[in-house]
Amino acid sequence: MPVTRGFTGRRRDAGARSDRLPPGQYDTGPGWPTLTAEVTPHLDAEKWTMTVDGLVETPRTWTWREIHALPGSSYFGDIHCVTTWSKFDVTFAGVSVDTLLEAAGPRPDAAYVKAHSTTGYTTNLPLADVTGGKAWVVWEYGGRPLPVEHGGPARLLVPHLYFWKSAKWVTRLELMARDRPGFWEQNGYHDRGDPWLEQRYQGDP
Amino acid sequence: MADTPAGGWTTGRLIEMDRPTDRLVRLRFHVEDRVDHWPGQHYVLRLRAPDGYTAQRSYSIASDPHDPLLELMIECLPDGEVSGHMHDVAEVGDVFELRGPIGGWFTWTGEQPALCVVGGSGVVPAVSMARYARRLGLSDSLRIVAVGRTYDDLPYARELKRYGAFLALTRENHGDRVAHPPYPDEVLPLAEGVERAYVCGSVGFASFATRLLGQVGVRADTIRVEQFGATS
Repeated sequence: MPVTRGFTGRRRDAGARSDRLPPGQYDTGPGWPTLTAEVTPHLDAEKWTMTVDGLVETPRTWTWREIHALPGSSYFGDIHCVTTWSKFDVTFAGVSVDTLLEAAGPRPDAAYVKAHSTTGYTTNLPLADVTGGKAWVVWEYGGRPLPVEHGGPARLLVPHLYFWKSAKWVTRLELMARDRPGFWEQNGYHDRGDPWLEQRYQGDP
Repeated sequence: MADTPAGGWTTGRLIEMDRPTDRLVRLRFHVEDRVDHWPGQHYVLRLRAPDGYTAQRSYSIASDPHDPLLELMIECLPDGEVSGHMHDVAEVGDVFELRGPIGGWFTWTGEQPALCVVGGSGVVPAVSMARYARRLGLSDSLRIVAVGRTYDDLPYARELKRYGAFLALTRENHGDRVAHPPYPDEVLPLAEGVERAYVCGSVGFASFATRLLGQVGVRADTIRVEQFGATS
């Protein structure tokens, strides 16, 4: 590919953080860009529920109060959006997806998960990408309630993949035997979305 | 409906450029092996330094699919690495890496009557839709509410007005309309009979526009949103 005449790149001096920036990403700094494909829903946390169903031994649903009674878990680290911003050192708190899955008991044939939002948004993930301490359902950001425009009252958090996998306003994890593409995955985006492999769009490796 | 068109990485030579305002640059590229887009889709523009460092951003397409060139309208953002280069350094004849068209959600191909409520540089996908509608004689199926601060600030204001778009200027009186964001009363007649609505603009604008559409009876599940920019 051609070198762009006159372009040297301004943002390279991320210093000690440069090794934390996946290819093609930039550090967005203190801002947090918002990207949403649908109307932002205003949900009453008291009416929100979280369900794990599909290929599980016992489908489970938690209310807002019940899910807060589960052992808490938090994430401190970086997030990466396919639109090329990355944000360093963010803190989210909620519950590990492992805890939810343990309660429901995945069946042996469960290999994929589809996350569903209250808006009808969906995203698909291999089960292996949401187990082993890699994924959360979170309701706090930086020690405060998660703002609605960022998915509050609760969103999925899968920080090792591009952020469209971290479904806002999540309400259900459906375990499946086969992979079924979600919303963006049907609309031109990569099935898995690993930022370190730059799996942005369909056709990327 | 057919699958939305998608294209891989290619290159494009800058054939024409002009600056409608000091914050906007209009760029027209000849794209190698171009895949024709649908109105509302976008391209990724990538800049490459001699040592291989790259920076890339997504931009909505302004052109009609039948336009021989691909048109982007890029707003210069403060400290914008890609937009700054396109404003200050890029010249006609330069070759850029381009990838597109991309996106299968924020698209309109004329099957259903639609209303666009778009603000600032968010008008760009609506311009592609309007040019497409005009060529195919579908203009009755596409209504546009374009919101800007002033007539001169609003990208494509003249062209949108010519196509019959409703311009709502927030900082300047326009004709006999006093400066103000669009009122529900102004949007209500345009919303009648639409089966799809498109909202494009900043985060604040998108929130305003979806609320406005709700006030005039547009169902939330028919609204498709494309928004950009940061919350603090």
